[in-house]
Amino acid sequence: MMLSVARQPETQASAAASIGDELRSLVGEDTVTPQATADAIPTLWVAPENIHKVLTRLKTGVDQPYRMLYDLTAIDERMKTYPQDDPASDFTIVYHLLSFDRNEYIRIKTPLKEERATINTVSDLWPAANWYEREVWDMFGIRFDGHPHLERILMPRTWSGHPLRKDHPARATEMGPFQLSDAKQDAEQEALRFRPEEWGMKRGRDGEDFLFLNVGPQHPGTHGVLRVILQLDGEEIVDAVPDIGYHHRGAEKMGERQSWHTYIPYTDRVDYLGGVMNNMAYLMALEKLAGIQVPPRAQVIRVMLAELFRIISHLVWYGTFAQDLGQLSPVFYTFNDRERAFGIIEAICGARMHPNWFRIGGVAQDLPKGWDGLIRDFLKYLPPRLAEYDKEVMQNRIFKRRTQGVGAFTKDEAIEWGVTGPGLRACGFAWDFRKTQPYSGYEHFEFDIPTGTHGDCYDRGLVRVEEMRQSLRIVEQCVDNMPEGPYKSLDARACPPLKERTMHDIETLITHFLGVSWGPVIPPGEALGAVEATKGNNGYYLVSDGGTTSYRTRIRTPSFAHMQMLPQLARGRMIPDLLAILGAMDFVLADVDR
Amino acid sequence: MISHPIASIIGILIVALSLSAFLIWVERRLLALWQDRYGPNRVGPFGLLQVLADMIKIFTKEDWIPPFADKPVFVIAPAIIMVTVLMSFAVLPVAPGIIVSDLNIGLLFFLGMSSLGVYSIVLAGWASGNKYSLLGGLRAAAQMISYEVFMGLSLMGVVLLAGTFNLTRIVEAQRGLWYVVPQFLGFVLFLIAGVAEARRLPFDLPEAEAELVAGFHSEYSGMKFGMFFVGEYLGITLISSMIAVLFLGGWNGPWLPPLAWFLIKVFAFLCFFILLRASLPRLRFDQLMSLGWKVMFPLALANLLVTGAIVLAKK
Repeated sequence: MMLSVARQPETQASAAASIGDELRSLVGEDTVTPQATADAIPTLWVAPENIHKVLTRLKTGVDQPYRMLYDLTAIDERMKTYPQDDPASDFTIVYHLLSFDRNEYIRIKTPLKEERATINTVSDLWPAANWYEREVWDMFGIRFDGHPHLERILMPRTWSGHPLRKDHPARATEMGPFQLSDAKQDAEQEALRFRPEEWGMKRGRDGEDFLFLNVGPQHPGTHGVLRVILQLDGEEIVDAVPDIGYHHRGAEKMGERQSWHTYIPYTDRVDYLGGVMNNMAYLMALEKLAGIQVPPRAQVIRVMLAELFRIISHLVWYGTFAQDLGQLSPVFYTFNDRERAFGIIEAICGARMHPNWFRIGGVAQDLPKGWDGLIRDFLKYLPPRLAEYDKEVMQNRIFKRRTQGVGAFTKDEAIEWGVTGPGLRACGFAWDFRKTQPYSGYEHFEFDIPTGTHGDCYDRGLVRVEEMRQSLRIVEQCVDNMPEGPYKSLDARACPPLKERTMHDIETLITHFLGVSWGPVIPPGEALGAVEATKGNNGYYLVSDGGTTSYRTRIRTPSFAHMQMLPQLARGRMIPDLLAILGAMDFVLADVDR
Repeated sequence: MISHPIASIIGILIVALSLSAFLIWVERRLLALWQDRYGPNRVGPFGLLQVLADMIKIFTKEDWIPPFADKPVFVIAPAIIMVTVLMSFAVLPVAPGIIVSDLNIGLLFFLGMSSLGVYSIVLAGWASGNKYSLLGGLRAAAQMISYEVFMGLSLMGVVLLAGTFNLTRIVEAQRGLWYVVPQFLGFVLFLIAGVAEARRLPFDLPEAEAELVAGFHSEYSGMKFGMFFVGEYLGITLISSMIAVLFLGGWNGPWLPPLAWFLIKVFAFLCFFILLRASLPRLRFDQLMSLGWKVMFPLALANLLVTGAIVLAKK
């Protein structure tokens, strides 16, 4: 079977070449090696000792610099089975940078040998690197020299081993029966005891003790199992440390044992308010890897459902944000509206929160009879409701006083911290991946990018509220212009494959058989699929070694980056402001912890 | 005019307690109505017996005191709020002849009792041995201090006009014109202070469930929690009654019997309190304080000054 080859459009290839040349002149001729990838993102291998120099140059030294550290992760390469020309590596650290001026990502990879799995930190370069490097330490056991606080971040401190290493068991059955003896329980609880020094906090100042308040993991204001430790002087927050990982379910590890197809339902549950939006990012990466073209009807169906889910997610945010500020009623109204939207989702997909409805090459089924009527009713129903909430919430004077000027950050800070989505747009930066890097046919839709001016909690709210209206516009255009045609690609690796050609030739029959029994075989390579999800940029970085499961599934979520910024926003504010900041951040704990 | 005091005590006690219990049902149903829900509608006709069911539940729950709490204070705190609020009802003239104690310093007695009530919250917050409770107690103390001041001042206009602290005589003085007209500013100020006094949204900072879990009563369960709960509703009833007595002519009104007028006025304000809760977000602690000291307090002083000047000029 002929596998599709990596495609690289002209312009990006030349951009990569020029960046490659510049880096070669910086660190030496033979230490920078390009790699062809399926997603056309310029990819360069750099020697580990040069990594800090190279990233510094990319961030500050080149024209149109790569200012955002989009993602930082690692790959355990020790079990990779297919021959490759890339530099020999046991562990590869992968940096994804994003340049807004170029509207382009760059991927920098660096090989590490197991015996010295240590590399220089870049947390001095980007504050956002702090948590990403901790995650790599936690998951792969790679040390970052010079990191200020290299501790486990997602796994409990008592965990032994590094889960994303290939030799770490993935199934409970590989690990021996779990027993919780009293001694073990005591030890685990002791490990959770809070000692301010371990978190880089002081116990007091000028002879006065601080009050340490443990907000969460069970707390009505944290929207899930998030723990925030507050160092308080009265009600003023001196410092805040988010402790995450309580919702960690090993979504990335599961990707390594589920087939490409059976992993789709796991993606639904990452940003569990975003439903099919998660499927979209995962499948985009996968379809790039396999070179599968999605037919127009499927693309429009995807866009339509994704935008409905954006509305659904924002409605939840709207109500709970108001509730965080003490307003009791809006949450009931918005959940009612969400219920109506779920009615549509249920009619189309058969499920509500986790429809698991996109498939490799398209969607699971064609739209049911009468779908357009349902959606048109909703399009008429929602705008007057939104207008009512504007009066009740956004124009409420107490609400304004609670949110305006609270938790503000600038565009530059947002970029430093890896903030995407409504948070970035609230700073007045009209950056929406649906416009700037259109996917799934977004370039054919008319919609505006709402922006704010102050970058505070209130503006983040305004942006989301307006986004719901823009999403309605997009959904309306989908209904008006739904193309005819197949809802899934005719490619034999689309899963499950369409039956039309199955009985006509042996190649399709065999592929069909394999696709249904083992799951589709995806050619070796790697690709990033990123979408403008409900909360920001959600990206799936997939590495295939030519098998029926992913070799490495990396999920870059917006909430992780946003949550990391919390201390910066909360310092010097009061406890109620923390709730406003958390509410305006619109995070989902499963999206933080995966 | 004065009927048998024991009968009045028992009568008012029963009416006040059952009214506040009934109020729990009213609030839940009204909130539900405004929030597109049903509210409790299963137990008895229209869910009216829900309160009874809740009471049975709350009485039969384990009476748990956390081991880290300061036990005696923890137990006494919820009783304080019940006692102080119920004491205030003693000076409340419901209708001609229906009053437990027609004190000639009735108004001062009410202010004094409501000030004592805050001890309940502060002590509960302190004795719970929980940081959230403590923060709730701190907030309560600060809030009460700032709001008591202009609460008292806002009422002085009424006292000047009526020339007495006796609540019955204040009601009688409103035969011709309710004080809400000449003392409109005082009325608004007292209404706001009353909401703060009853710790209701937007001034429910000591509780602030999104921030402080349940604030001062986080650690309370069973009937001790029940006492705070009923105490809160008694407090709302009391404030509504005081507004009716001081600004809306108490039992005065045409056609209907005095008791009916009084109840109608009280109920209207009860509904207003609930509507507030259905619609407003919560203020932040510092905003609450600055509103109290920088806006309300000067306004209350100005009101007192102007009223005093007018009363003097008329003489």
